[in-house]
Amino acid sequence: MRLGVKTLALVVLFSATGISYAGNVGPDEVKLVDGKIAMSLTGSNGDAAKGRDIFINRKQGNCLACHVNKEISEQAFHGKVGPPLDGVAGRWDEAELRAILVNSKKVLGEETIMPSFYRLINGTRTMKKFKGKTILSAEQVEDVLAYLKTLKEE
Amino acid sequence: MNINIKILSATVGICAISVSLIGQAFADADNDKLVVDGKVITTQAKAPADSELEKLYSGWRFRADETQSLQMDDFENPAFVAVDQAEDQFAMVEGKAGKSCADCHSDVTDFKGLRATLPRWNEAKGKPETLEHIINECRTDRMEAKAWKWEAPEMLGMTALIGLQSRGMPVAVKSDGPMQSVWKKGKDLYYTRVGQLDMSCASCHENNYGKMIRADHLSQGQINGFPVYRLKWGGLGSIHRRFKGCMQNIRAKPYKRGSDEFVALETYLATRGNGLSVETPAVRN
Repeated sequence: MRLGVKTLALVVLFSATGISYAGNVGPDEVKLVDGKIAMSLTGSNGDAAKGRDIFINRKQGNCLACHVNKEISEQAFHGKVGPPLDGVAGRWDEAELRAILVNSKKVLGEETIMPSFYRLINGTRTMKKFKGKTILSAEQVEDVLAYLKTLKEE
Repeated sequence: MNINIKILSATVGICAISVSLIGQAFADADNDKLVVDGKVITTQAKAPADSELEKLYSGWRFRADETQSLQMDDFENPAFVAVDQAEDQFAMVEGKAGKSCADCHSDVTDFKGLRATLPRWNEAKGKPETLEHIINECRTDRMEAKAWKWEAPEMLGMTALIGLQSRGMPVAVKSDGPMQSVWKKGKDLYYTRVGQLDMSCASCHENNYGKMIRADHLSQGQINGFPVYRLKWGGLGSIHRRFKGCMQNIRAKPYKRGSDEFVALETYLATRGNGLSVETPAVRN
């Protein structure tokens, strides 16, 4: 089903319209301009509930490792390496948050410790099973983003 | 497979994005004092002149009280099971030469001070040596016994026993002379970002020590207590095992224990702790 949609999109792409309406933006195709990524990586809105799970999951976003987030008070031990994310939706707009998730280095500075969750070029010696892969998928980035947009309370 | 979508980037205007950089690394090491058998062991020291750190703190200062207390009494310290076994091993004849450690080194206290100076340059071999190398050289060349694996229980016990003889002495590892290129290589490794998560040693242990990363309190990554009894491991582990774990956490392919890279990193890290006391065998979580 998915493959079918993608194949169709390819056909559209190669039929010289230059625009496709389905499929994800690849990590090397993302347009990050002035600290923003304006459009969804998937072409649609993410799922905030899924995003919350990814935020917690140590093998996915693992955002709690470094950020305090009162909205997830049921989980103990929030990290303090990065800033608290309470009210983050009021400090950054959607396009900025997407850019930070995708490639933190381009927004926060090259020296930031924050991983870039949708970028192929990372550190040297990446383990084989993670080589050529982004930390999160396009869908997962959009899901986390949808969740972050709900964090309005300081 | 990814499909190329042309993104209309609507944002051209110059937005003054205020990046709220969290301030300088905040070293909230606690103020507890490490006393073992009535002997005070210094867990903080003035940073060497070329250090990036303001002050040196032993990892002990970042641990919870329960973990700290295990290291304050040798009867409570679980590493001493292995130390006791190593004392027996020290007197045990092994190998074709029919010798034990004790045949040449009548008393293990002869090794007082050794741990504090390692790694060091081995002139005859023309390369740096760690305590593991020194022990294995004795085993293969003088005892004519089989070398121990880097992480073998016997090796861990013996490095703990020999390291213990220097407990309380200041770490004084050389970074000059023939060790300079090794040290430099270690420094480069320390600052190289690795793995899918794209972090260097410095990302956590220089820039963010003192902060919590989930339930773990980030330390300066000092190695003055190795081999350590790590509660997570349920046993003793080498410095290189710890390096391996860190690299895996960052999703990087670790170097091998005993590799030139890890020996270089051990050298550089040891000099970052020059002035701290040897704590071998320490207890960590």
